[in-house]
Parts: sequence; structure tokens; C-alpha cells
Amino acid sequence: MEMTQNSKDMTIIRRGNAGQILDFIFANSTRICAVIVLLIIFAMMVSLFIGAWPAFKKFGLHFFISDKWNPVTEEFGALVAIYGTIVTSIIAMLIGVPVSFGIAIFITELCPIWLKRPVSTAIELLAAIPSIIYGMWGLFVFAPFFGDHIEPWISEYLGGIPFLGHLFSGPPLGIGVLTAGIILGIMVIPFMASVFRDLFEVVPAVLKESAYGIGATTWEVVKMIVLPYTKIGVVGGVMLGLGRALGETMAVTFVIGNADRLESSLLMPGNTISSSLANQFTEAVGQMYTSSLIALGLILFFITFVVLAVAKFFLLRLTLKEGQRT
Amino acid sequence: MSQLQNINIRLYKRRIKLNFLVLSASLLTTLFGLFWLVWLLVTLFSHGFQYLDLSVFTQPTPPPGEAGGLANAIVGSVIITVMGVLIGAPIGVMAGTFLSEYAMRSRIAPLIRFVNDVLLSAPSIIIGVFIYEVVVVPMGNFSGWAGSLALALIALPIIVRTTEDMLKMVPNTVREAACALGAPRWKMTVAIVYRAAKAGILTGILLAIARISGETAPLLFTALNNQFWSSSLNEPVANLPVVIFQFAMSPYEDWQNLAWAGAFLITLSVLVLNILVRTFLRNR
Amino acid sequence: MAMDNSGMEKEKTLLEKGFSSIKHTGDVSTPAGDLSSLEIKMRVRDLDFYYGKFHALHSITMDIPEKRVTAMIGPSGCGKSTLIRCFNRIYELYPRQYATGEILLDGRNILSPKEDLNLLRAQVGMVFQKPTPFPMSVYDNIAFGVRLYENLSRSEMDERVEWALQKAALWKEVKDKLRQIGTALSGGQQQRLCIARAIAVKPEIVLLDEPCSALDPISTAKVEELIDELVSDYTIIIVTHNMQQAARVSDFTAFMYLGKLIEYDSTDKMFTNPVKKETEDYITGRFG
Repeated sequence: MEMTQNSKDMTIIRRGNAGQILDFIFANSTRICAVIVLLIIFAMMVSLFIGAWPAFKKFGLHFFISDKWNPVTEEFGALVAIYGTIVTSIIAMLIGVPVSFGIAIFITELCPIWLKRPVSTAIELLAAIPSIIYGMWGLFVFAPFFGDHIEPWISEYLGGIPFLGHLFSGPPLGIGVLTAGIILGIMVIPFMASVFRDLFEVVPAVLKESAYGIGATTWEVVKMIVLPYTKIGVVGGVMLGLGRALGETMAVTFVIGNADRLESSLLMPGNTISSSLANQFTEAVGQMYTSSLIALGLILFFITFVVLAVAKFFLLRLTLKEGQRT
Repeated sequence: MSQLQNINIRLYKRRIKLNFLVLSASLLTTLFGLFWLVWLLVTLFSHGFQYLDLSVFTQPTPPPGEAGGLANAIVGSVIITVMGVLIGAPIGVMAGTFLSEYAMRSRIAPLIRFVNDVLLSAPSIIIGVFIYEVVVVPMGNFSGWAGSLALALIALPIIVRTTEDMLKMVPNTVREAACALGAPRWKMTVAIVYRAAKAGILTGILLAIARISGETAPLLFTALNNQFWSSSLNEPVANLPVVIFQFAMSPYEDWQNLAWAGAFLITLSVLVLNILVRTFLRNR
Repeated sequence: MAMDNSGMEKEKTLLEKGFSSIKHTGDVSTPAGDLSSLEIKMRVRDLDFYYGKFHALHSITMDIPEKRVTAMIGPSGCGKSTLIRCFNRIYELYPRQYATGEILLDGRNILSPKEDLNLLRAQVGMVFQKPTPFPMSVYDNIAFGVRLYENLSRSEMDERVEWALQKAALWKEVKDKLRQIGTALSGGQQQRLCIARAIAVKPEIVLLDEPCSALDPISTAKVEELIDELVSDYTIIIVTHNMQQAARVSDFTAFMYLGKLIEYDSTDKMFTNPVKKETEDYITGRFG
């Protein structure tokens, strides 16, 4: 008994020290890994800035408002790409937000229980499909169909509207800014629908039940209970979807047409920041060309950063509110 | 009295009608959304099946006009993806561990969480540009390593996020119980907390694999492409996404057909991975 | 620390013989004796505890006798759990929680910053309110703590696991399920598994934080029997909501209220003839 007691004490002391050393090593390696994440973002900003510096230095603020993109004369401006990025994202949001919203309402409020899971799973699986697939499908299947059947109709009927008309006039090419926006919209639908669905599902059942209990219809429950309860989160979810649309590369690159001219019509080819990068970066010769492309990348990074920060701000307010309620 | 009832019924009917309209709209949007996605999948699968044959798995990518397959691209993709996960997963799990287990007393934790979300939502093409600048330019050439690093940077924030979330789901009582036995903190984390959250952490890693196995944009100017078998990760390595991109954009029909076969393969593996994750989580 | 244990061991045995008349039987009427005549395992001196700015314990001073059951009672939020969480410093897991004062374990101040927390916790075991089986087999649940501090051969480990499970009165129920995952046991079995896990490390003190509050009456009875068994080898401190339970299992009872120790005496005396009015009110059910 005494022997074992003593040997236990010895091991206790030995392992005690080893334990403390290992504790120190483990804690600090996790800390280092966490700091690596921080350093990566920092390094990204610095390297993008260094890469973009020659272009910013040469063109100055003019870079942001010039629509010239001429590799031969080495004159570069970001306006076409910024315009394309924003317009395709707006189109995507115009399609994606209401549709995702409808899907989320359908899944949470309308769908029979047995169908809930299959529909939810299908939406989530679709959100996982790589964007290059959307792009390829857009190029080979959607764009020809769109160009043959929808665009002629659009330019015939919408092209005549005063002011807005010039947005919808032009030859039915199939590919172009509008097509890219629609493909983007289809792509963000599954993503936003699952965000909205998750939001709607955190609405306490008691709240909904009490509204149903006084005879409210499903739509009234959505309007009076679900939406007010989740509105901040919905804004955050839309922002997350917008961030995706802004930065999306492959789905757009296939179908936007890669044209560096500013066109008034949505039916004409254009470019976004990401598609310019995808199409031109490896072929870019000369420091100024590369630098201008990196400058485009920096602008995109900045835009998505701001959008994410806004989304975080809204989602954070939602969690704070939840915290107060409980 | 009866008049009051009349008004109520009219109002009631209007409410019911509105409700019906809105819910029909919701049903229609669902059908609308699913319509595109079903269309996409149907064409993808029919085209993919059509051009999928044994030579796709055995032959390397051909020059235009010749017969060939995607074998070198498939192998290259697998290698780049595996290396990407091998780089990203340990760092991600450790960083997630820090945020969940050690960050209570730390002021940089909220900052790291925010920065991780920035990385998570950063456009993948920007990550490609970054790796191009810090790896490809200094090395002097495109390489498989650069591609793996780019993919690792995309996998990293996903793994950090899920690891932190999953570790936080382990109840504190379990940590206390391990500690109360005299287990040092690292032992408690590795032997008890990791074990309790094993399924969740693996899920995060699988999700990250699913995500990066279809990523194209960051590979365009890192791993680039290679028409032949690559002997090392120090040179450009063929990979499915970039091959699909180049072949699909090409004017040659046989290349386009191979692109369909590749697109089908990628989608299938991503979907299978996702379904695996789901069944895995359910059987936990 | 435990170095001089073997010498003290003899002393303790002698002492126990001397007090054989008050040796624990689980019967309330047994005179538990007077604190001053007992060996004191742990001395708490002017202990204050803070959750951030919240002052949770106010200047607690009490002596915990060796190889006796000491119960902590009081309304919820009175600080009884907080108090025993100081005894193994488990509160250190969380930021902004700290204690001042002294807790002397065999004369050593465990609140000292030099104290090795892992060793302290190997010496002072703890069982929690909810069963906390680790996500591993029954066998490994028990071996986990033992492996931390002892290099045992396979057969020694088997023996130790069986010994601990016997002690926890669980051996018969689980001897064929040692390879099954611990979380698959019933709630009562899980809690006894946690007790077995705590004693397998051979601590000197076992802290029980409302060990029965998540259990059914039959499992509760088993755990109470177990406490009776264990007290011949261990110093036991139990926090309980249930006054009958305190009366049934403990030798000494401390009544706490609003972070203060109101009264501390032999269980007998506390339940039959309390000195303080608050104690009487609580025990007779007038508040709390």
C-alpha cells in the first residue's frame, strides 16, 4: 500500500509538470493558428494594395470614373467593371430576394410536414452546386434559349418604354449583362432561401400560435409576427446574398460576354470585376495591365467587405435583441 | 347586429382572399425557383451521362480533335484538394479551438471572429489574386502548391467557423467533469471535448472539401492547368474546374463534351459529399 | 502534500476507532459528535467570492471534518454550489470569477496562486448535478482519470475499474457493458458512473453538487446508500436542495442564505434545535 501510494505521488508530480508545459504549448499553438487567420487578411490587404499601387498612382481617382479599358494604349479605368458588377448584382437581387422569400415562407408556413424535409434538403443541396456549373449551364442551355425566345420579346415590348426603353433595346445575343444577372439570381436563390428559412424558424412557436389563436390567417401571421420579429436578420441575409452575387466569378464569366465597353442596354455584353480578372489576369502583359486588374480586385474586396460589415451589423443587432428577450 | 355580422364577413372574406393570393404566390415562387434548378440538373445529368465513358477516367486531356479523357485533371484535382485540406484543416481546427476554448479571456477573439467572416465571404477570385502575388510571382511559375494554398485559404474560414460552433455545443458540465478529475486543460480539450464534437468537426471539414472541390476562380491563376500528367506540385497541375472552364469556352465540340462530363463528375461528387455530411449528422 | 499520508493514515485509523460509536450509519439519530473533537480536513477562512462585480460569498469560515458527510443547504442562489466550486477551484475555468481568503486543505492554502490546479482536482473529486459521462466506453470513462496520474498495467487497470464500479454499486449492472458507450446508460447509472469515475482517482475529498436532483427516487436512494458506504474512506461534501436528503445522509449541515453562512452544526442539532431564526424558518418551510 505504501509503495503504491508513493509511486502514485511520484507520477503525480512528474505528470503535473509535463501537464503544465503541454498546456502552455497547446494553448499557444491554438492562439498562433487564430492569429494566422488575422495575418492572412492583413497580408491580403497589403499585397493587393501594393499590387494596385502603380495603377492608382498613374490614374489616380480618374481610375474609378474612367470607362476606358485599353490594354494596347495602357489606359485603364474601372467604371465598366464596377458598373457591370453592381448592375448584375441588382438584377440578381431583384429576382433572388422575392423568390427566396416565397420559398422560405412556403417551407416554414405552408408546406405539409412530409414535404418540408425534401424541399429543404433540395434547396440546401442546390446551394452547394459549384458556380462553374451554373455558368456552364447558362452558356450552353439558358443563353441560347433566352436569346431565341425571351430577348426578342423584351426588346420589342420593353424597348419602346420611354427612358427605361434603352435598357432593353439591342440585338438578342443571348449572352450579356441581363443574362448574367439572371444566372446570378438563380444561383443565390438556394443560398438566401436557406438563410431566410433558418431565420423564420427561430420565431418562437408560442408567438405564432397566439396569433393563430386569435384567428389570424397564415399571411397575417407572416406579416405581423414573423417579419417584424426577423426583419433585421432578413436585411442581414439579403446583404450576405448580395455579397455572394458581387464576388461571384464563374457563373458570370461564362455568360456576360467579356466586353470592356459601357453599354446602355442590358442586353449587350459587359464585364464585372471578377469576370475581368478571370478572363484577363493570366494574359495580362505589362505591369500597368496587371496592376490595374489587381486594383479592380482591391475595389471588389473593399465592396464585399463593406457589404459584409453591414450584414454583420444587422445580424449582430438581431442576436443582441434575442439576448434581451430571453 | 346583423349588419355588424355582414361587415365582418366581408372583411373576413377579403382577408381569406388575400391570404390565398399571397400563399399562392409563395407556392409559385417555390415552383419558379425549383423549376430553374431542376432544369439545370436535368441538362447537366443528361449531357454528363451522354459523354461519360471509361476513357474519361483513363485518358489524359487531349488536344482538340483527338480522343481523350480527364484522367490527369481528376487526379490533379484530388491531389490539390487533399493538400488544400491538409493545410487548412489543422490550422482551422486549432483556430476554432482557440475561439471556443481559450478566447473567453482574450480581447482579440472578436476581431478574429470578424476577420474570419471577412475571409469566409471574400470573393474566391481575390484569394486567387492574393496567392498569385505572394506565391506564384516569387516562385516564378504557376504551381500545384499555389493552387492548394488558395484552396486552403477558402477551406480555412469554414473549418474555423464550424469547429468553434461545434465545440461550443459541448456542454460546459462535461469540461468541468474532466477538469474535476485533474485533467490538464489540453487533455480535457483533446480527449473529451474533441471526442464529443468529433462528428461536428468532421462535418465542417467535409463541407469545406465539398466547397473547394468545385472552386474554379482561385485556381485560374495559381494551379493554372496542364495538358499532361504533372510530376510534381511545383509545376502547373491539371484540375477539373479549370479544364471545364477552358474546354467549355473553347469552340471545339469534343472539348465541350468533355467539359460536360467533367461538370457532371464535379456536381456528383459535391452532392455525394453533402449527402454524406447529412447522413453523418443524422446518425450521430 | 500527500507525501506524509502514510503516517497520517495510521493516526486516522486510530481516530476512527476512537470515534467508532459515531461511525456513520446513515441514521439521523446517531450523534455526529462535536466538530472540535474531530480531525479537520479542510479549513475555510474568510472566504469571499466574486462573479465579476457580483459579491457571491461573504466571508465564509467553516471547518470540514475528515471522513464525515457535510451537507450544504439553503434556497437556490444562496451560494452553496459556489462555495463547493471553490474547494477544487473549478471556477477558474471561467474569466472574471475569483475568490479571496483562505482554504486550508491539510494545512495548505489551495487558493494560493502556486497551487497546481490539476493536482488539487485529483485530490478533490467532484460529481455534478447532471450526469456527465464522457463520450467513450464505460471502462474508458473510469480509466480516463486514472491514466492521468498513474501508469497502471492492463490488469491493474482492470482491477481499478472493477474496484471503482464496485464502490459505486454499479459493477453488477454494467460488468457486461464495459465496452458500451457511457452515455447509453440510464440516468441513475450514469450518475453512479460519474461517482465511480471520481473515486477511481482515489481523491481524499469528494464534492457532490446536487448529485440527485436529476434522478428518480430509486436511483436517489441508491446514491444515498453509496454516500453512506463511501464516507468510511472519503471526506464528502454534498450540496442539496432537499432537506430530507441532508438529514438522511449528513453528519454536519451548513445553512447558507444570500451568500452568507448562517449556521453550521451537527445535522442533528440543526434539524432539531437550530439557533438562528433563518435556519428554523427554512427548515420548517417558512421560506425558500
